[in-house]
Amino acid sequence: MIRETDRHFKFDWISILLFFSLVFFGWINIISASQSGEVIDLLDFSKSYGKQLLFIGLSFFLIVLLLSVDSKFYERFSSVIYVISMLSLAGLFIFGKNVNGATSWYGIGGITIQPSEFAKIATSLAIAKYLSDLNINIKQLKHQINIVLILLIPAVLILLQKDAGSTLVYGAFFFVLYREGLPKIYLQIAALTIFSAILSLKFGVVITSIFITIVVALKLFFFSTKKIRRRIPKLIAISTLYIGFAFTVGYVFTNLLPPHQKDRITIWLSLEKDPVKLERMKKLEAYNLNESEKAISSGGFYGKGFLDGTRTTGKFVPEQHTDYIFSTVGEEWGFLGSAAVVIVFVLLMLRVLFLAERQKTTFSRVYGYSVAAILFFHFLINIGMVMGLIPTIGIPLPLFSYGGSGLWGFTILLFIFIKLDSNRINEW
Amino acid sequence: MRKLLLALCIVLVGFVFIGRLFYLQVYSKNSNSILNDNAIRKVYEYPKRGFVYDRNGQLLVANQPSYDVMVIPREVKALDTLEFCSLLKISKKDFIKKYKKARNYSPRLPSVFVAQLDKEDYAYLQEKLHKYKGFHIQIRALRQYETAIGANVLGDIGEVSQRDIKKDAYYKLGDLIGKQGIEVSYENILRGRKGVKYIQKDRFNRNIGSFKKGIYDTLPIPGKDVNVTIDAKLQEYGEILMKNKRGGIIAIEPSTGEILAMIAAPSYNPNDLVGRKRSKNFTKLYNDSIAKPLFNRSLQGVYEPGSPFKLMNALVGLQEGVINLNEKITCRNGYKYGGSFMKCHCGFGVRNNVTDAIVRSCNAFFATTYRRILDNEDNASLGINVWSKHVKSFGLGNFLNNDLSVGQKGLIPDRTYYKNAYPKEFYSSYTISNAIGQGEVQTTPIQLANMVATIANRGFYYTPHIVKTIKGESLDKNYTTRKYTTIDKEHFEPVIEGMHQVYTSPKGTAYSLRVKDIEICGKTGTVQNYAIIDSIKTDLTDHSIFVAFAPKENPKIAIAVFVENGYFGSRFAGRITSLMIEQYLTGTITKQDFEDWILTHSLENEYAKPYSGKPFKINRETQYQIIEKNPKDINRIKALRND
Repeated sequence: MIRETDRHFKFDWISILLFFSLVFFGWINIISASQSGEVIDLLDFSKSYGKQLLFIGLSFFLIVLLLSVDSKFYERFSSVIYVISMLSLAGLFIFGKNVNGATSWYGIGGITIQPSEFAKIATSLAIAKYLSDLNINIKQLKHQINIVLILLIPAVLILLQKDAGSTLVYGAFFFVLYREGLPKIYLQIAALTIFSAILSLKFGVVITSIFITIVVALKLFFFSTKKIRRRIPKLIAISTLYIGFAFTVGYVFTNLLPPHQKDRITIWLSLEKDPVKLERMKKLEAYNLNESEKAISSGGFYGKGFLDGTRTTGKFVPEQHTDYIFSTVGEEWGFLGSAAVVIVFVLLMLRVLFLAERQKTTFSRVYGYSVAAILFFHFLINIGMVMGLIPTIGIPLPLFSYGGSGLWGFTILLFIFIKLDSNRINEW
Repeated sequence: MRKLLLALCIVLVGFVFIGRLFYLQVYSKNSNSILNDNAIRKVYEYPKRGFVYDRNGQLLVANQPSYDVMVIPREVKALDTLEFCSLLKISKKDFIKKYKKARNYSPRLPSVFVAQLDKEDYAYLQEKLHKYKGFHIQIRALRQYETAIGANVLGDIGEVSQRDIKKDAYYKLGDLIGKQGIEVSYENILRGRKGVKYIQKDRFNRNIGSFKKGIYDTLPIPGKDVNVTIDAKLQEYGEILMKNKRGGIIAIEPSTGEILAMIAAPSYNPNDLVGRKRSKNFTKLYNDSIAKPLFNRSLQGVYEPGSPFKLMNALVGLQEGVINLNEKITCRNGYKYGGSFMKCHCGFGVRNNVTDAIVRSCNAFFATTYRRILDNEDNASLGINVWSKHVKSFGLGNFLNNDLSVGQKGLIPDRTYYKNAYPKEFYSSYTISNAIGQGEVQTTPIQLANMVATIANRGFYYTPHIVKTIKGESLDKNYTTRKYTTIDKEHFEPVIEGMHQVYTSPKGTAYSLRVKDIEICGKTGTVQNYAIIDSIKTDLTDHSIFVAFAPKENPKIAIAVFVENGYFGSRFAGRITSLMIEQYLTGTITKQDFEDWILTHSLENEYAKPYSGKPFKINRETQYQIIEKNPKDINRIKALRND
């Protein structure tokens, strides 16, 4: 019989173990990515690996703190946390520091803090809080608008700071809302929208139009219970809307998109017909991606070994210790190591999902779901980008990439949930 | 369903990622070797190429530094092009072209701007080089020939071709490789092994340190020095004698198979094919399709051997027992066979035994012998195969399998060879010309020299070879193993006696060529030949051939001399033979008149005839072309005797 005082035994040690294995292996790779053949002094805090070790050490205190706080605190203060977080994002417009074209950092003394990494937590808490209210019905448009507002405020603020990658993460909440009962039609609309956008870029408006019309027709004639005569005008209306959308995508792509983003999409979808030109584009515009793919590929099955990655040591992949950290894994640990990292991530996310489903309160469940969904988006976009599966979007690999804000953000995100989970027995 | 969507997405993406990783790292992975890793710079250190000495230790080939002017286009600043061009001896147009080429290759990496400056050009440039930013010097080793002789033996080196690189991954673009002579056949020994340093570079191509602390680095292994079997003095003397003539001389030491001299005329100065001059001079030599200076006549020249081949027929005849020592065959001014007649100049009614027949070079005697050999078996088809087998055991009719980079098989026919010409009946008379070394029989001078060496050894030979010793390595067994012929030892003495009397007997064809105190055994040869001029088969002056060895007992030198269109064997080839033998055995000569004669008689007029477009006379009616003695050559001869 577990007594209430033995609460630390109720922490989900599987998640904690997966978390630490990722953090540790991430640090190993940061060592590789930030050295260039010199002697390594792990406690040299002027080096990235030294600093990261410091961040990891500090995150222990953070974890102890997070787990000590009463779990009711997170639910009760979620609104306050959300407001503070939004204010910190807004404050960047006045006090923000510009790094690599994005004004997403506060510089305090020698250290920089990126509030967008913490805004995810605040938003998750806010969404969980809102949905856990018994008066809220996600099927009602009024409430849906409120939810969208909660999400849109941080997303827009971050987008205005020119951090497109972090903005995209808020799409993760779509999975949360769907789980909580968002009508299926939204999912269908989202899927069709993304698909037709890609289709119109790759194959042009005509093929896209035919495809959309067929899909909408199938939906209306086979999966609807409404009367037949109402369907024809509906089909025409919906199809027209989407075809218009397809045109808009084309227009935006050719005329409005910044050149570097246009190039990324061109390379991703191989829109350039001339293979020579495409190769040259890959070398110039997608230098990072090209080098990262080469580094991963050169690792082979077993990898070149810790600190023995020649492309890593030679710093061929820019930003390798941050967004492109996975290419280090690929080169030095090979297929074995990189597949293992993918599997550990998948296991962690599935574990969090599993825990979320067994929560007794809506708040905990929604929050847990948000954790898994946010992790998934980062995982999908970062590794997908590093391996050239999706266009280049600057976003770190959770727990792996160098950076204090990122590490702490995900530590807090996950350990709030572990705390909530540990307390589920008390919540009748 | 709603609960599972995210979980499904996660698992699906996990699989896609692992699939992509598999595709990148396992399926489409390139070689993992550091040699192919373009993050690792391979810096090669070239070893010293082995030196070449002659058999007495005289240095023939050494190395010299050459200076490549390198350019890194990014670092080039405005410069005084006019002065720079004049220092490098290039035109301004060249300068612009070379600069563009280098920039196209890479603006960051060094590339060769002007290759292989010599010491003098470098000395001038060096003083002013500091003014020209972006240019620097890279030192490479070239061959330095300490002699002007032996181009055909020593060969040369040049940059590797694409084909060499494909054949052997050791070579990289710009490496040097043997192109001719022993530089080819002993390439692996002379070149050594280059060392390599692996250097980690970064994405800006800067070196950031040695890869893995240099555990894979190797030091260059210097090439080994070799002594060639050539006697530099004899070689030089032979080359001087062969000036203004075409042909070849091969001298072999019978007791070892070592090639003492290998002269191909016309030749060239090996220094002409060094460094910057190489491509220009090589093209010139290569395009001379008439004199063919790159064609090694002593190895590649395939000629009918003529009378010296009678020695073979004598030996085979004795071995097969179709003639004996006492038997005399009467010469009737020639030999009648099947309605044809082979002329002979012995005189009517002269009776020759085998020794006399060699002395007089009697056509009738050897025609009879040859037919008897063929008819000795059940039919001539079997007979010619027996004959062919005996002859081939002297190394004739096939590659000698030696350490020379070029060669020719020659031809010793057997029945199979005549299958097309005589599909059904085959009689000994059909191939009667083989009896006197004409007809289908073909040999190269080195094969003839080896044949003589075999006779001198009374029945065996060592494969003639060009390298005597390799520092720190033993010679291939092939060159130290006796190869016995199918002729018994006792049959050689009467033949050798005949060859001896060629010199000593007043009837002998080389009586006038005898040398005081040296017992030479030899055989003259005069070979008819023709050229196709305006699609008409036109006879040319006979080739002059001589084979000999000396001394008779314990022979030290066996020699074959071949002078194209020199007429009588004793005229050019015979004189040269006597001079060469005496020079080699005593270090000087007593036959000064021979030397003067050879140095003042040129055959260039003879060689010009077929190209003159006018009708011309040959052999007896031809006029000597008398030339002045070249004082330089006189001095060279003096010098090689004084040492």
